[in-house]
Amino acid sequence: MGGSRDRTDGGDSRTDGCGAAGSGSGGSRPVDGRGTGGNRPAGGPGSGGSRVADGLRAYRLIAGMWLRSTMAYRASFIMTTIGNFAVTALDFVAILLMFSRVDALGGYTLPEIAFLYGLSGVSFGLADLAIGSMDRLGRRVRDGTLDTLLVRPAPVLAQIAADRFALRRLGRVTQGALVLGYAFATLDVHWTALKVLLVPVMVVSGWAIFCAVFVAGAAFQFAAQDASEVQNAFTYGGTTLLQYPPTVFAKELVRGVTFVLPLAFVNWLPATYVLGRPYPLGLPRWTAFASPLVAAVCCALAGLAWRAGLRSYRSTGS
Amino acid sequence: MGAGRLYAAVAAGGFRRYATYRAATAAGVFTNTVFGLILVYTYLALWDVRPHLGGYDRAQAVTYVWLGQALLSTLAIGGGGVEDELMERIRTGDIAVDLYRPADLQLWWLAADVGRAMFQMLGRGVVPFLFGALFFPVALPTDPVTWAAFVGTVLSAMLVSFALRFLVALSAFWLLDGTGMVQMASLAGIFCSGMLLPLNVFPGALGEVVRVLPWSSLLQAPADVLLGRADPLGTYAFQLAWAVALLALGRLLQTLATRRVVVQGG
Repeated sequence: MGGSRDRTDGGDSRTDGCGAAGSGSGGSRPVDGRGTGGNRPAGGPGSGGSRVADGLRAYRLIAGMWLRSTMAYRASFIMTTIGNFAVTALDFVAILLMFSRVDALGGYTLPEIAFLYGLSGVSFGLADLAIGSMDRLGRRVRDGTLDTLLVRPAPVLAQIAADRFALRRLGRVTQGALVLGYAFATLDVHWTALKVLLVPVMVVSGWAIFCAVFVAGAAFQFAAQDASEVQNAFTYGGTTLLQYPPTVFAKELVRGVTFVLPLAFVNWLPATYVLGRPYPLGLPRWTAFASPLVAAVCCALAGLAWRAGLRSYRSTGS
Repeated sequence: MGAGRLYAAVAAGGFRRYATYRAATAAGVFTNTVFGLILVYTYLALWDVRPHLGGYDRAQAVTYVWLGQALLSTLAIGGGGVEDELMERIRTGDIAVDLYRPADLQLWWLAADVGRAMFQMLGRGVVPFLFGALFFPVALPTDPVTWAAFVGTVLSAMLVSFALRFLVALSAFWLLDGTGMVQMASLAGIFCSGMLLPLNVFPGALGEVVRVLPWSSLLQAPADVLLGRADPLGTYAFQLAWAVALLALGRLLQTLATRRVVVQGG
């Protein structure tokens, strides 16, 4: 654990070598080679709807390109996916080891913690899969390759989000899903329709909140560059935090992740409602259902931060 | 004499090289502190339920967490030392240049890694540890002899850590792409060193087995000496025995591997 992103994503730098499509000029072909996209002015005003459609299309094309490049080395893909799964599973092994010695942690039983763990793992894993490579932005700013993205007729956010799309990150999602499955099988919860509905809502909102953290982190890298590791404290650190029940942590820390960086809305608040447990801060019941709203606000703020970051960008000029 | 100066210069170069990236170091310190904060609360919750788990009291468990954060990058427990660069050089063939140098390959990279470890310890390890000592109840020895013994175990751990990662790096001579090996080594490092949970908390036979593996020299051994739970001399013997065995194995593999390079024509 601890600084554990090193091990989690160690594959990134090494896969560079086999990224046959490269991220330089060759990589741009699927995006601007189609002609249609090429006619639109880069970063032009355009209507909001078409920009989003543009972005999604660019994302799909670039991610597809990386997917094809990954599949050229199938054995390597399978091994790194298994590795991704195993590395993530270590966190749960730690919890299992703890439960070989105790029956409850912070007053929560193993199935209850598995429920929190699974939700945290799946929603973070999906965000990591979708846009996890954004933490490479600092490197692109430093070596000047961000300029290539700026002149392409596609939204920069979509390009950087799809950059080095790594399907092996499904390993993390799968691991989280398995633990969540174990939780469903063993939890002693009186499931109402509302509680059942809350589960997919949590996964989607949690995904959006973590995506917002990734985007805000990338925006921060316009300023920080070398300091990209700070982001890991909030992404990988955030998901690790949420794997454990809120009762374990100091009140100030819980307040921080509820009101300042609202990670608590990924799983803690809704999950404590599902489990019929009180939330340590004694918030009103309706907050358990506020996750989608919080996620929307987070995404909007992250979008603003991204714009501010991109505007402040000055090329290295070489 | 001359050789000693050469390797000292390589080590100093390794130190300076890592010292150059100050923002990255500050970011690392921040991240290690945040992870330490998360871990320390989970440990405290565990020790609340079982106050003397693994023979540690609460303060000792807290100390263990912050020591782990201090040593994680110092000893490259999850990987991330000089082996990444060495593997890349083997893959690209640059290793041929290294082999031409009038210096020993293993000692050269050992010196570079010790320089790196020294910087990571001072630049990246000390601050999270001080943060932990300041804001949480820790159990630190008051007598300087224990501290000196502890520093000795960290230095020996540097040898074991490098010896293990050198073996991983040499695998690239046969595999070319060492991603899989790096990943497995990282898993073994995190699990068997006690980074996940102190090894004395591991249940039954599993606990006995991991304690005799080389990885226990990395975190468990220095921690037990610092917490006054292990005899320093016995700990040194254990660590150095593994260091010698693994370095000798590395030397053997290096001989086999370099022969192979020559056969291929570099």
